[in-house]
Amino acid sequence: MAKINMTPEKTKMPEQDPDIRNRNFLEVATGYTPQMAQEEAQRCLNCKHKPCVSGCPVNVNIPSFIQAVAQGDIEKAYEIITKTNSLPAICGRVCPQETQCELPCVRGIKGEPVAIGRLERYVADYMLAKETFIADTPKPTVKKNKKVAVIGSGPAGLTAASDLCDMGYDVTIFEALHKAGGVLVYGIPEFRLPESIVEKEIERLKAKGVCIELNMVIGKIISIQELHEEEGFEAIFVGTGAGLPNFMNIPGENLNGVFSANEFLTRVNLMKAYDPSYDTPIYFGSHVAVVGGGNVAMDAARAAKRLGAEQVYIVYRRSEQEMPARAEEVHHAKEEGIEFRLLTNPTKILGENGWVTGMECVRMQLSEPGPDGRRRPVVIPGSEYVLKTTSVIMAIGTSPNPLIKSTTEGLETNKWGCIVADEETGQTSIPYIFAGGDAVTGAATVILAMGAGKKAAAAIDKYLDK
Amino acid sequence: MYRILERKDLNSDVVYMKVDAPAVAKKCEPGQFIILRVDETGERIPLTISDYNREEGWVSIIFQKVGKTTYLLDTLQQGDYILDFVGPLGIASHTDNMSRVCVVGGGLGCAIAYPQAKKLFGMGLHVDVIAGFRNKSLVFLQEEMKRNSTNYYLMTDDGTAGEKGMVTKKLKELIEGGANYDTVIAIGPVVMMKYVSLLTKEYNIKTIVSMNPIMIDGTGMCGGCRLTVDGQTKFACVDGPDFDGHKVDFDGLMQRLSMYKEQEKHKCNLFRGIE
Repeated sequence: MAKINMTPEKTKMPEQDPDIRNRNFLEVATGYTPQMAQEEAQRCLNCKHKPCVSGCPVNVNIPSFIQAVAQGDIEKAYEIITKTNSLPAICGRVCPQETQCELPCVRGIKGEPVAIGRLERYVADYMLAKETFIADTPKPTVKKNKKVAVIGSGPAGLTAASDLCDMGYDVTIFEALHKAGGVLVYGIPEFRLPESIVEKEIERLKAKGVCIELNMVIGKIISIQELHEEEGFEAIFVGTGAGLPNFMNIPGENLNGVFSANEFLTRVNLMKAYDPSYDTPIYFGSHVAVVGGGNVAMDAARAAKRLGAEQVYIVYRRSEQEMPARAEEVHHAKEEGIEFRLLTNPTKILGENGWVTGMECVRMQLSEPGPDGRRRPVVIPGSEYVLKTTSVIMAIGTSPNPLIKSTTEGLETNKWGCIVADEETGQTSIPYIFAGGDAVTGAATVILAMGAGKKAAAAIDKYLDK
Repeated sequence: MYRILERKDLNSDVVYMKVDAPAVAKKCEPGQFIILRVDETGERIPLTISDYNREEGWVSIIFQKVGKTTYLLDTLQQGDYILDFVGPLGIASHTDNMSRVCVVGGGLGCAIAYPQAKKLFGMGLHVDVIAGFRNKSLVFLQEEMKRNSTNYYLMTDDGTAGEKGMVTKKLKELIEGGANYDTVIAIGPVVMMKYVSLLTKEYNIKTIVSMNPIMIDGTGMCGGCRLTVDGQTKFACVDGPDFDGHKVDFDGLMQRLSMYKEQEKHKCNLFRGIE
């Protein structure tokens, strides 16, 4: 019987000091040491009914990998995780564990749950650091001699490609940008998910035999039908995400200094505006107001702070309780000096000579819960005030890109522009086309997209095996 | 990596490059654009496709040296490679319901006006071209334009070539003279497109303008290229680049184009070694 660590709290994650990290782009959390990992692993009770596993969208065998960590066998732990999760270094960092695997953890009843995410990251990082990580990639043992195309190299696409490759299919990923990774490289900032981690996972995919073609905007350079009919791809997985930024449609939104979070974060992450050796220009002035309460809003606010903005606000129309962002990210943002203007809604962006000078806001209050249990924000009459700011970043969500839909005849979408796909298989209205991730659900999480990619890969295998 | 098959200097500021990109050449149509990145630390910039050959698998671009990226691109010679080259992007120009067309090109805009004129003239339409430049030394594509138009009118600001005056002067003269255009296509500096549109509005002639604003991805993702058309926000990359000239908010667009002017100027001067 392994030793059980009955400490009620999680083993603390070492972090950069807030006042230092808000001036650099290095990772905030620096990762467990071997000793910390072992201590934390020993907090797992190895429950027979494994409630954590059912909380994981890709059903990682959590207690079993944690036991391996407790025994110091990290390679075995990695093998267990990667049986169902092809991107553990990424998931260990960006999954909302608190609402998934860690939520039903028995240790959470009388204290904090086991830090499953931190342990997953520890295991993945341990393996990634090995010089032979890429060379050791297990190659597929079977060959099906059938071609499958994957559109988009975000979490859904990478997962589907990895699983299909393991099954023996010839997989080609088509990516529109000049770098593979989708939202993992253009959206999530370096301080939360270092690019080198994503790069290594992608290198490993290539080592397995997945082919990645960059600069390919499917629907423009070649259509899905052509891939199928002329290029011989027998099935196609669409994981094109939700890349179209939403705006509020309030006056002043086209002033200079107003950006979508997508633009701001793409400049910072993909185009590396924080690195002076890159040519990418970026503007924000002294004061930045980020509108929204999700992880993307936190990322944009924290990036602006790191770039040197004096004052950064999060402007959100509900209260902190309703914020869709992970509690950890909200906590980090506050530590770094981001000011939260909650129950506040912008009504107009003010400008002089075409440039942003302020944002008119109203204060809100939450109504009594409606029939759906949600408390709606209601304007407090006469509460208008002007927030002084030199730039505004809109982080109020994204919609699926209509490019695939508009160039694929017969592909069904719903009223929000999301591709209609079977929940279990990802199959669309066109039998050889499967879809998953944000392109189907609208903006959601990395792990849900991975789960969808996984299900679709299995369904494609079944479809092509017929 | 995309090889440069040929390069020519069209004038002291404007360069022509033929790029090996068979998949783009196979699909592109006049009015569409590409986005390129010269090297790893470079910006992504949109450039309109000026010509293409599906059999030979190339597309050509024409650019003016105005910023760091275009000066950097200018250092590349025949046989060199461009790191990233993605396209064709944007919606191809519509050619329906046209019979008598006037294509107005201003400066670099002539590079974009050219494939449009060529396509329409090839379809058997009456195509007049008005090309405007600041002076004689900047004139380019004159012979190509002449070959692909019914009438070619050259205008320069200082009168050193063709007729002296703005393109709008010639356009007004032709309209007043009974040219009876059903469509005017104006491509050039925003201010030129604005005044062409104001003029044609008086005569109620349908006018199409082509936008080339700041953008990153070119697929609708960043929203940097947004402009107001008929009171609504549009993305030039996916809703355009062509728009109804009578509905575009040109002043708002000019403002947005100045977004990174200072930073651009600084980077460009650093690159060129200018204090």
